[in-house]
Amino acid sequence: MRYTLNHMVQSSRARLDTSFAALSDATRRGVLEQLGRSDASITDLAEKFHMTLTGMKKHVGVLEQAGLVATEKVGRVRTCRLGPRRLEDETAWLERYRRLWDARFDELDQVVEELKRKEKTDGRSKKE
Amino acid sequence: MDAARKSELTPMKNRATVERKSDREIVVTRTINGPARLVFEAWTKPELFKRWWVPKTMELTLPTCEMDVRVGGKYRLVFAHGGKQVMEVFGSYLEVTPHSRLVWTNEEGDEGGAISTLTLEEKAGKTLLVVHDLYPSKEALDAAIASGATSGLPDQLEQLDELVSQGDGVGPS
Repeated sequence: MRYTLNHMVQSSRARLDTSFAALSDATRRGVLEQLGRSDASITDLAEKFHMTLTGMKKHVGVLEQAGLVATEKVGRVRTCRLGPRRLEDETAWLERYRRLWDARFDELDQVVEELKRKEKTDGRSKKE
Repeated sequence: MDAARKSELTPMKNRATVERKSDREIVVTRTINGPARLVFEAWTKPELFKRWWVPKTMELTLPTCEMDVRVGGKYRLVFAHGGKQVMEVFGSYLEVTPHSRLVWTNEEGDEGGAISTLTLEEKAGKTLLVVHDLYPSKEALDAAIASGATSGLPDQLEQLDELVSQGDGVGPS
């Protein structure tokens, strides 16, 4: 059980790194945005982003590995669309996003609490 | 009814709400137990901002946090994971109204990202905080949701966090 969990955490970490790598590039984020509008071939994308076919293939490869993009080759044309992660239920995403903010705000609560205490102490020491 | 009872038992715990207001907008709200000026301070001083923007439970750090909080001033955040830089977000402040309003850009892609507006409304020593993100297009927000990346933080981190805490709960290692 322990092993399985560690293994899951590790593979989850690997996925995380892959996603970070995929999203750390402005062109790749642009490609995702473009594919949000419509499917496109690698040639279309290369033209749109003013780059060579080989360069665009590399970018699409990275996105595909992260599950953000799926491709399908029909004849000589490889068509790209948003990948399986795109199919995630928006409600579930909103709930996870909410929890991220809640976690942030829990920490913000502590920071504000500390500032409040500090103000009180400073105020007292000024009076003394 | 169960939820109502639970909130009576824990009156101190405030809960964030998130809503997709329109095709292009996401709105987050939360009440903080403190005056607006302290919330504003925690949002605009890098040494304080660093302490809460990336929750401790996440395996992510914020080694660089530069903020020049004035109209036209820039900010830059660099995130690291396992000691490696993984992401950089930057932008500039469009509006700075101490203790009540802060507007900034999120310049990540070529076509421009969301415009974020923070408003603070103080009432009886507590502050209602609203973060409003306006995306340039429906497609841009859809893509952000599809990639899980919003506000400069891919939210798969949340899932990783859950896995890690489940691991902790299994028993002594």
